[in-house]
Amino acid sequence: MMDKPWNNRAWIFILPVLALVLFCSIIPVMTVVNYSLQDSMGVNNFFWNGDSWFRDLLDPSTEIGARFADALLRTFAFSFAALAVEVPLGIAVALCLPRRGWAVGISLVITALPMLIPWNVVGTIWQIFARQDIGLFGATLTGLGLPYNVTQDSVSAWVTIVVIDVWHWTPLVILLSYAGLRAIPDAYYQAARIDGASRWAVFVNIELPKLRKVLVIAVLLRFMQTFMIYTEPVVVTGGGPGSATTFLSIDLVKIAIGQVDVGSAAAMSLVYYIIILTACWIFFTVMTQLERRGDT
Amino acid sequence: MTRITLDGIAHAYTRHPRTEKDYALRPLHHVWEQGMAYALLGPSGCGKTTLLNIISGLIIPSEGRLLFGDRDVTRLPTEQRNIAQVFQFPVIYDTMTVAENLAFPLRNRKMPKAAIAARVAEIAAMLELTPDLDRRARGLTADAKQKISLGRGLVRSDVSAVLFDEPLTVIDPALKWELRSKLKAVHRALDLLMIYVTHDQTEALTFADRVVVMNEGQAVQIGTPEELFERPDHTFVGYFIGSPGMNFLPALVDGRGARVGGSEVPLGAFYPALTGTVRIGVRPDFVTLTPGGGLKVQVRRVDDFGRKRLAHVSLDGLPLVATVPDSMASVGTDAGVAFDPAHVLVYQNDIRVEGIAE
Repeated sequence: MMDKPWNNRAWIFILPVLALVLFCSIIPVMTVVNYSLQDSMGVNNFFWNGDSWFRDLLDPSTEIGARFADALLRTFAFSFAALAVEVPLGIAVALCLPRRGWAVGISLVITALPMLIPWNVVGTIWQIFARQDIGLFGATLTGLGLPYNVTQDSVSAWVTIVVIDVWHWTPLVILLSYAGLRAIPDAYYQAARIDGASRWAVFVNIELPKLRKVLVIAVLLRFMQTFMIYTEPVVVTGGGPGSATTFLSIDLVKIAIGQVDVGSAAAMSLVYYIIILTACWIFFTVMTQLERRGDT
Repeated sequence: MTRITLDGIAHAYTRHPRTEKDYALRPLHHVWEQGMAYALLGPSGCGKTTLLNIISGLIIPSEGRLLFGDRDVTRLPTEQRNIAQVFQFPVIYDTMTVAENLAFPLRNRKMPKAAIAARVAEIAAMLELTPDLDRRARGLTADAKQKISLGRGLVRSDVSAVLFDEPLTVIDPALKWELRSKLKAVHRALDLLMIYVTHDQTEALTFADRVVVMNEGQAVQIGTPEELFERPDHTFVGYFIGSPGMNFLPALVDGRGARVGGSEVPLGAFYPALTGTVRIGVRPDFVTLTPGGGLKVQVRRVDDFGRKRLAHVSLDGLPLVATVPDSMASVGTDAGVAFDPAHVLVYQNDIRVEGIAE
């Protein structure tokens, strides 16, 4: 039994996993692929449509194409805005956290708390928080004479969504950076003191290079999550005012469920999926490159 | 370019030390002279790194004063002390080239560019880093990285002292020897006070002019390698230095002789009758095995080291290591040993007792 290096019996053991993967991902994805290549005139009445859903989608001169391009741009802009705040802020806070002593546990738990709150609840909290009449945040800004109105003003809406994401997910960057900082041996700091390095020089020459790997992971995770943002804008702004905060995921749901335009929506979700996959691949490549080059 | 004075320096990591055991470093007086090479030698946890970190300012001692020249620096931060230190594991700045790494301590002290370049070139040449100067430090081997760390320690010419904390631990054995002689050469060339922490006696004895042997937070003896070998002040020094260590035999000492078991060992000087735990100590090099004659022993084992042979024998049931002379071709189970009286030392409660020469 054990004399053969190749034993076809092994296939039997992976059958349950295969079945699971089949039902969880392969069949659903193929259904979407199926939809994206057909048009339907009613329930279960499909006919072949070739690649025309994709061509329309990727051509900004068509109505759906323009809508897709706008939503894509908005989503990238949002990811960029959120990352631009969360990464520097996360590193800054991580540098300020205590390194040892009783305060470590307390500050880490407090830092991690926002991450434990479900998206929906965060959205609802902020929906109320940002209201001009009874919301503390909205009422205060209005009271100070600032033109703040989440439902009417697109700048207010954008700022609010970015602030929500920063509030909710900067802790992830903080915790990752903190772990990275803690992994730097004391000797580095001691050597820097002996070498007479300034605080800034320590940050640039020791901390930042040593944080590079965790930062790539942090940026990857935050990019993926912000690129897929859905719940918060839906709860707080409903994608408005107008379509100011209608990100890809929201548009997708609007087209698929609101308009029951299954073909367009399927094509859109596949393109969406490929973008995320590509981003993942780029980050993975960068990460493995870093691993190979740096041995410390 | 100053001498460094330890005035009753002691350190405890606990806040309220009560017994001697609470001290990582017990009160120590010592003057480190300019231009000398010192080694701090002792087993792990004996307080040698603590002492080093007190001198460099990474630790503020709980007691005592530290003087650089006449200046009290006990509470001064590292940056203001003019000290260079090299650590056990290579510390390099990943993003910089080798040259930038070497220049870093000088650049931080706002030295003119031309002077920095000249000094970096000089140090790189000493450590044979010149071909790598423009390479990124990150991709280099551990050996090369540690050479960079050594270079950063040596690059400042104005330092009061250069401290080494077991700097050759990560280095390949073959290269270790070479780097150590290089450090010795650098020391001679730069006329700096160097303090070198190690737990390797060969490293300490070959590198240093003076060796400070430490045990359990205490400096048990400070002396030249010869003094440590020939006249250990403490039984610990006898055990720790030399391979194998010194023989210690419980003895009754009175006058010019020591009674060991049933045998009488002659001493090189006169000793009054001693009480407490009294032992005689003698290096294996000064106990010679004889075919007959001398004190009767049973040979347990002979170790052949090529250049010399050592016999593990039993003298009235007490273990003893003796040198087998070249003239003795074969060793039976019964033999005799002869002690060299001039090198038989007497210890009372682990401390060496000076005999009275007549």
